[in-house]
Amino acid sequence: MATYSTNQFRAGLKVLLEGDPCSILENEFVKPGKGQAFNRVKFRNLKTGRVWERTFKSGETIESADVVESDMEYIYTDGDFWHFMKTDGSYEQVAASAEVVANAVDWLTEQGAYAVTLWNGEPISVTPPNFVELEVTTTDPGLKGDTAQGGSKPATLSTGASIKVPLFVNVGDMLRIDTRTGEYVSRVKA
Amino acid sequence: MAAQPWAPACPLSALKARAEMLRAVRAFFDAREVMEVQTAALAARGATDPAIASIAADDGRVLQTSPEHQMKRLLAAGAPSIYQIGPAFRAGEAGRWHNPEFTMLEWYRLGFDAPALMDEVAALVDVLLGAAAYDRRAYASLVGVPAAQLDACADDALDLRVAEALAEMPAGRVFITDYPARQAALARVSGPVAARFELVVDGVEVANGYHELQDAAVLRQRMLRDNVTRLERGLPEAPLDEALLAAHEHGLPDCAGVAVGLDRLLALQQGASSLAEVMPFPADRA
Repeated sequence: MATYSTNQFRAGLKVLLEGDPCSILENEFVKPGKGQAFNRVKFRNLKTGRVWERTFKSGETIESADVVESDMEYIYTDGDFWHFMKTDGSYEQVAASAEVVANAVDWLTEQGAYAVTLWNGEPISVTPPNFVELEVTTTDPGLKGDTAQGGSKPATLSTGASIKVPLFVNVGDMLRIDTRTGEYVSRVKA
Repeated sequence: MAAQPWAPACPLSALKARAEMLRAVRAFFDAREVMEVQTAALAARGATDPAIASIAADDGRVLQTSPEHQMKRLLAAGAPSIYQIGPAFRAGEAGRWHNPEFTMLEWYRLGFDAPALMDEVAALVDVLLGAAAYDRRAYASLVGVPAAQLDACADDALDLRVAEALAEMPAGRVFITDYPARQAALARVSGPVAARFELVVDGVEVANGYHELQDAAVLRQRMLRDNVTRLERGLPEAPLDEALLAAHEHGLPDCAGVAVGLDRLLALQQGASSLAEVMPFPADRA
């Protein structure tokens, strides 16, 4: 397995820290006047999303992590696993656990394109596109003509996600959603 | 402008602030009758300090990591209190608060001890950054180890604690004093502590000063011990600066000296969060 020395650390580098795959966010060189040099490094744990901060002696090495991000299509769920297929022509499939899809499960639509992070070939996280279009399955009847600002109501989408929508939205409407905030953006013409 | 590779990294306003800072420093020492000197940036020998790496030229001479050795040779030759503003070079030091070439202000005061020099450092910093209060903290309290146990701690563990303590330090000006004897560098030692101090401003180290060691034999021992440490760490030995040792044998007057990182002071004055914001040509652009 390849290793990286602190002077090779840069944002985006994928490394193994305490057994978990991490992405380096920041690497700062620190050195007390007459003392040894250190690197204060911020990592994002790619499994949990948590930010870790660690200090290394300059010149120390850590192992690289075999982490790749792959464009994949969501196919189906069997209830225990969510199945994705590579869109690079290999048709290779991977099965992601509930824990791995937790952040994306509200925005999964069949044949939708997702970024799946693979560590040693196994999925560790799924990132939806920034915007998805989903159908409203249940909500209170819309108020005709009320397209102006003000007022919102709960709605359930085809994926099971519940979000706040404007009062004029009806069952069967297609909505554009920002997956980063989970917020309604607009109605789209079917 | 800074987007163009040929253009300076910092705004022209930072150059103006730098020029004003240099003028203020010279006025400060003029008023105190401290003489400006210039010594060689490229010299036959460098520091032995294992934590400092120098940059060697093709002919084997080294770019000075500080003007200390030659300024002490001037003092031994009978110079009065002196100061110097010039470039210093350290291999491999690059980051938000480090650049391999930086501007060092170093001065020596005849007859001063460490507390007297700390007062003068504070007076200068007040001129450059505006007046403020100065705390004093002993090294042992900074690293959170009782003074009596410092000897039992590994150097790298202590260095790490210092780096962490500085990162956590709130805004303000703090002199760190009473360094453990084995971190004396070129300061004199009395009992378990060295007459060495550092000034930290808003968590950034800006000055390192000593009540200077005079004894040539002790200086030689420390340099030899530095080289033992270098070998232990897999670093190349640094040949001893025999000219400095001879100057000490001739006699270094009782004095205190301090080095100040002027680029860091300028960055702090300008509210910048990195040296690159106040240097026209930091290493990646020079």
